Amino acid sequence: MAKITVNNNRCKGCGLCINACPKKCISFSDEINKIGYHYAVLKNEKDCIGCGFCYQMCPDVCIEVFR
Amino acid sequence: MNKILSKPESLKDNPLSYCPGCGHGIIHRLIAEAVDELGIREKTIAVAPVGCAVFAYDYFNFDTTEAPHGRPPAVATGIKRTNPDKIVFTYQGDGDLAAIGTAETIHCANRGENITVIFVNNANYGMTGGQMAPTTLIGQVTETTPFGRDPLREGYPVKVSELLANLEGTKYIERVTVFDAPHVIQAKKAIKKAFQNQVEGNGYSFIEVISHCPVDWGKTPLEAVKWVEEVFLKTFPLGVIKDTTK
Repeated sequence: MAKITVNNNRCKGCGLCINACPKKCISFSDEINKIGYHYAVLKNEKDCIGCGFCYQMCPDVCIEVFR
Repeated sequence: MNKILSKPESLKDNPLSYCPGCGHGIIHRLIAEAVDELGIREKTIAVAPVGCAVFAYDYFNFDTTEAPHGRPPAVATGIKRTNPDKIVFTYQGDGDLAAIGTAETIHCANRGENITVIFVNNANYGMTGGQMAPTTLIGQVTETTPFGRDPLREGYPVKVSELLANLEGTKYIERVTVFDAPHVIQAKKAIKKAFQNQVEGNGYSFIEVISHCPVDWGKTPLEAVKWVEEVFLKTFPLGVIKDTTK
């Protein structure tokens, strides 16, 4: 059991977390956030292994990892 | 489930003003984590540069001052000498450290001041829109080298880490990068060691972080990290360049 949460209104939608995820379980949201970006969301929670690679690559420090 | 990774205490809640995908945010976080882990937040003083990181005082949750135009090593020298019990570090980009602040950088290193320098090398002047910096690669297109950097006209990329390694005053110099997660973890180790050196009084530590600047390179964040891996690191190879603390 693992998951991540993304601070929606801090995310600038750069996609580095999506690129870093070894399980490919993060993707862009359909809606845009307050600052005008499609933010990152955890789409497949069951696939998340809580490795923290997304957290390591996030330039805006908006990801929290739970395990 | 327990929270295992989240924003370190040494970073404030303020949103970072950097462009999407910029490496500065990652490097800020690594410094904040290193400071938290060493338990030195209450006695750390940062000196911010001119450039994109000029607003570092808005992001770091410890005392931070501002010394524009390459002067952070001089200001850090003053702070450290008058407050030897404080942990003082400078955070500088390549335009700040390798161009306008070359004199301060070299003499501070040569004096062997017991400070930590975090040098962010992204091969251009980021804040002013992507002009050629001393560290710009041969052939790299920037705003001021539209046909690529030609060594006959603009000279060669300055390798500051190798330059400083020749000085007897420097103790620990390592070049790291943040283009993917394993390298970010390695960069964290180097940054933490650079702070640990200062806590132990070992002397001048210098960490060069090869970072990405997607917007000014005219690339997407993913293209930028790929370019770091495939092109940038060919000119600036990673590794420990000097370590006399062992």
